[in-house]
Amino acid sequence: MTLLPNIIFGLILLSGIGFFVKNINKLRRNIKLGKSINIEEGSSKQRWANMARIALGQSKMVRRPISGILHIIVYVGFIVLNIEVLEIVIDGLFGTHRIFSSIGSLYGVLIGIFEVFALLVFVAVVVFWLRRNVLRIKRFMSSEMKGWPKLDGNLILYFELVLMALFIIMNATDTQFQSMNSGNIVSGVVAPWFEGLPIHAIERAAWWLHIVGILIFLNYLYYSKHLHILLAFPNTYYGRLAPNGQMDNLDSVTNEVKLMMDPDADPYALADEPADEPGKFGASDVFDLNRIQLLNAYTCTECGRCTSECPANQTGKKLSPRKIMMDTRDRLQEVGQIIDVNKGTFKADGKQLLGDYISNEELWACTSCNACVEACPISINPLSIILDMRRYLVMEQSAAPIELNTMMTNIENNGAPWPYNQMDRLNWNNE
Amino acid sequence: MSEQLKVPTMAELHAQGIVPEVLFWVGCAGSFDDRAKKITKALVKILHKANVKFAVLGAEESCTGDPAKRAGNEFLFQMQAITNIEVLNGYAVNKIVTACPHCFNTLKNEYPSLGGSYEVVHHTQFLKSLLEEKRLTIEGGKFKGKRITFHDPCYLGRANNIYEAPRDLISKLDGELVEMKNCRKKGLCCGAGGAQMFKDAEAGDKEINIERTEQAIEVKPEIIAAGCPFCNTMMTDGVKNKAEGQIEVMDVAELIANAQDL
Ligand code: SF4
Ligand code: SF4
Repeated sequence: MTLLPNIIFGLILLSGIGFFVKNINKLRRNIKLGKSINIEEGSSKQRWANMARIALGQSKMVRRPISGILHIIVYVGFIVLNIEVLEIVIDGLFGTHRIFSSIGSLYGVLIGIFEVFALLVFVAVVVFWLRRNVLRIKRFMSSEMKGWPKLDGNLILYFELVLMALFIIMNATDTQFQSMNSGNIVSGVVAPWFEGLPIHAIERAAWWLHIVGILIFLNYLYYSKHLHILLAFPNTYYGRLAPNGQMDNLDSVTNEVKLMMDPDADPYALADEPADEPGKFGASDVFDLNRIQLLNAYTCTECGRCTSECPANQTGKKLSPRKIMMDTRDRLQEVGQIIDVNKGTFKADGKQLLGDYISNEELWACTSCNACVEACPISINPLSIILDMRRYLVMEQSAAPIELNTMMTNIENNGAPWPYNQMDRLNWNNE
Repeated sequence: MSEQLKVPTMAELHAQGIVPEVLFWVGCAGSFDDRAKKITKALVKILHKANVKFAVLGAEESCTGDPAKRAGNEFLFQMQAITNIEVLNGYAVNKIVTACPHCFNTLKNEYPSLGGSYEVVHHTQFLKSLLEEKRLTIEGGKFKGKRITFHDPCYLGRANNIYEAPRDLISKLDGELVEMKNCRKKGLCCGAGGAQMFKDAEAGDKEINIERTEQAIEVKPEIIAAGCPFCNTMMTDGVKNKAEGQIEVMDVAELIANAQDL
């Protein structure tokens, strides 16, 4: 017996995983370009519970029953079939064949379950494909879904189809497994199709392609919206626990406002203080966002549930909360590539998230209604990015729409958004 | 309407050494907007009816800063907040009721970390607790049997998870509460939030309030109930556009007050 296949297998596995780890490290590095953030609200117990309920338990997926149930099939299938991958890895490394079959009749039951799931996943994925390409469900047809996002969505589906098919073929052409006649619920039906063909070679080919396919898919994640299968877990953990309506108070502003309003503050003493870099208010690029917002961007699966609930989008405005997330990720990837090219340092490229990706028009169309936040099945908050960019527009650039400037001047002068005198606040009772 | 209601201010009560049970935060819309002033008066009448010792800040009240904050002007927001907190803390206010979900959200969620912690309730929550304490009774009166749909204000519903208090009150009117296809967590915005009230909408193919009004019209209500002065304005405009004279837009407080001819 030659060890060559084992060595080749080991090398493929190692490079597959190695490349993946390299990309994950890049991802971590990119997320860390954002500002660190204290998560004060809630206990870690609450956060684990949220992760268990929302990511593991898919609780928000079923709000849309059809896609929700299909998604759960694919998700459970994915997890269950990973047990099979473990067997393949052991077999590959040690030159065994179906090492788990030694557990006896339970093995047949297990493989039976895997095969049923493989079939279910296959069917679900076909339906997903039809929804995207034939039924052309509206939320997959928006302008931000043209080009790569559309191809990406379909590629994932093709990957899954091929992997499921290879799994069944691998079982169907495994004469030893078929002769056990236990657990070959689906492959037993398929097996006769291969009669008269070089069955052993097909089995080996399917086996190798299956595992290589999985490794390729694993490495595809980093370039794809499919990252959500991993990041949904940390993302739901870090999901906000405060009420949706609560927007953070900027500490940097609090300090300045307190000084401004404190009659005892000595402006001269202040000027002597080492000018603590006041920092910039709000966000114009990914560096100004916090790490959770950047994690959000990588986690977004481009499902468009947010956008389809967005009142601005529904009434034809340019704003799409999904696009906000996609733009943030695209810009972050671009920045990451610049850092790669320049061996670890970022060189300004004359571009930024605001303007080059997200326009003022989009930002000003938001009603802060939280529909997107509520709709997202994996606790992404597009609104917080919108608000941070508005902050930049207003506080750094004074670039609010004119009517909003009038509103703010009124508040400043009379304590109301309209030009009424604060002294008249009780006049309603005299009318 | 020219009858004068008894509306004590904190300053007056303070001078007499009286501490009211609750501060009624009227808000800018409730103080200045013609439509919203009626909601303010309705609520005051109910508070009197239920014998609630309340007070307002009057000229000492100032915008909570909500529209400034949502527009991105954190400076102006915090200046407003700190000014208001000084006044509120000066009177040692514990409990605040307001008929505006925006004021409610801001006071409840965004003031505490700036030094202003109070028990803040929306008027529908407050009225519901009065009902439960048997300090208030609600009769259907002229609303008996009427079809009423409730429009969830974003800043009450999704923002703060309050969906049932207004519905519980409406159901006491013996009307028929009908739900729009988008309600509660999925309620569609009226289009006013996030400082949109104060500007024209961006280019699109429809106004948000028209879309929402159409959703309401689908369930054929006689009344659209609201719990927010801004929603009220937006829905009133929508109805003017779409079903003038056929549907009334009323705040939950107005429904309760009008039912008993207060
Ligand atoms: S919060 Fe803004 S982006 Fe999100 S759904 Fe509402 S309007 Fe759209
Ligand atoms: S933000 Fe959430 S709801 Fe919106 S597209 Fe991304 S994953 Fe879907």
